[in-house]
Amino acid sequence: MIDMIRTFISYSFLLRALVVGVLVALCSALLGVCLVLKRYSMIGDGLSHVAFGALSVSLALGFSPLQVAIPVVMLAAFLLLRLSANGKIKGDAAIAIISSSSLAIGVITTSLSKGMNLDVFHYMFGSILAMSSSDVYISVALSVVVIVLFIVFYNKIFAVTFDELFAKATGINTGLHNMLIALLTAATIVVGMRIMGALLISSLIIFPALTSMRIGKSFRFVILCSSIVSVICFAAGMAISYGFSIPAGASVVVTNLAVFLVFNALRLIKRKA
Amino acid sequence: MRLLECSNVNMSYDNIQAVKDLSFYVDQGDYLCIVGENGSGKTTLVKGLLGLMAPDSGRISYIGIKKNEIGYLPQKTAVQKDFPASVMEVVLSGCLNRDRFKLFYTKRDRIIALENMERLAISGLAGKSFMDLSEGQRQRVLLARALCSAKRLILLDEPMTSLDPVATADLYELIASLNRECDMTVIMVTHDVSTALKYAGKVLHMKNSPLFFGSSREYAATEIGKKMLGADIDD
Repeated sequence: MIDMIRTFISYSFLLRALVVGVLVALCSALLGVCLVLKRYSMIGDGLSHVAFGALSVSLALGFSPLQVAIPVVMLAAFLLLRLSANGKIKGDAAIAIISSSSLAIGVITTSLSKGMNLDVFHYMFGSILAMSSSDVYISVALSVVVIVLFIVFYNKIFAVTFDELFAKATGINTGLHNMLIALLTAATIVVGMRIMGALLISSLIIFPALTSMRIGKSFRFVILCSSIVSVICFAAGMAISYGFSIPAGASVVVTNLAVFLVFNALRLIKRKA
Repeated sequence: MRLLECSNVNMSYDNIQAVKDLSFYVDQGDYLCIVGENGSGKTTLVKGLLGLMAPDSGRISYIGIKKNEIGYLPQKTAVQKDFPASVMEVVLSGCLNRDRFKLFYTKRDRIIALENMERLAISGLAGKSFMDLSEGQRQRVLLARALCSAKRLILLDEPMTSLDPVATADLYELIASLNRECDMTVIMVTHDVSTALKYAGKVLHMKNSPLFFGSSREYAATEIGKKMLGADIDD
């Protein structure tokens, strides 16, 4: 065990992945609770596909992937909220359109430029080798911004999530706060998908929230519990992935699934007692 | 003292004119019931009063209060039942309008929340989860939240829907006592005309444009009032 920790720290790419991953796990846990409660779970999934498209295009054009993907995904988040708010196209349908279109654009761009290579595979399923040190700086900075904004607006975010109409009546700009949640989610997804992969990142957002809602009675408890569950699952998932030489993203998801099932069992036992 | 005055208000949504040439006023200490069938423009009027929708023409003026200082109890559908929130968290969220830039609750907010829970006899529920409460308890919690954000006026939108008869009677008594003892002005949108008339001093009957506005005693004597009360008894 101690040996494993020692080797873990001696590889700088592992350490980088761990630092960024823990921060992303924390961000996605915080935002995930709001998204699940607002019935926006699918936004995470949709945005990750947009991020895949943006990364493929920027790779083909030779731009730095994060700097292109972050603004594009934020724009997509903005559009998704606008579309569902206008009610012209239903929210879930809008997400399906945007996500599959960007996936398709990403795939076409890649096959025209270099063909399906290892990079694309990494974007799909994640890789702990993907982070360069400049990526780490951007990721850490973004995660800190997400966490700080979430704490600062915590009470308003609660009010808007719990009862949007009442919040609006008390003079809270609910549109602005919804947008804040969507933009923070966009940032979290772009940063997290390097490690987790476009196809797996949304589970990082949804699992911890659902898990803690199995036993949580208050909003604060659910937020705290979700953060702890998310960070522990991420660290455990990384360790398992290292120990068994399996992909990190997949191993984090399976760890989350296991904890979710345990919490479900706890709830059943509590109900029966 | 006058709190709220609507003069010649017209409101519409999706090209449907929901409120037509409506004028009425609310004085401090009033208990006003807004009645009317489905689609008579009540909900649109509520949005107008709360400042969530601007009138096409006419004026809604507030005297001595701001529009975000109306304590609002939304219709039942607006609040999710399976939301993990403690009663204290819900009630405190009513205090957020006290300062536009308020980010964190102060000690004073907590005192206000506790006082309002005391008023509604739900202090014992503070640590409980909102989703574990009965319908009647939930309405009390949401009413406490409304009182936290209210300066002198509360606006209740169909508060009795889905309550059982005992809980309904309790809530009517509670609202009446807030009106009498705490000098809280009440506007209530309701279907239940006959019970509402027992407590309300004034009635506004809408069918997009106002059919009646005046005291509930006068209303009971009018043709339309008799019809509404009669229809209620027939049910």
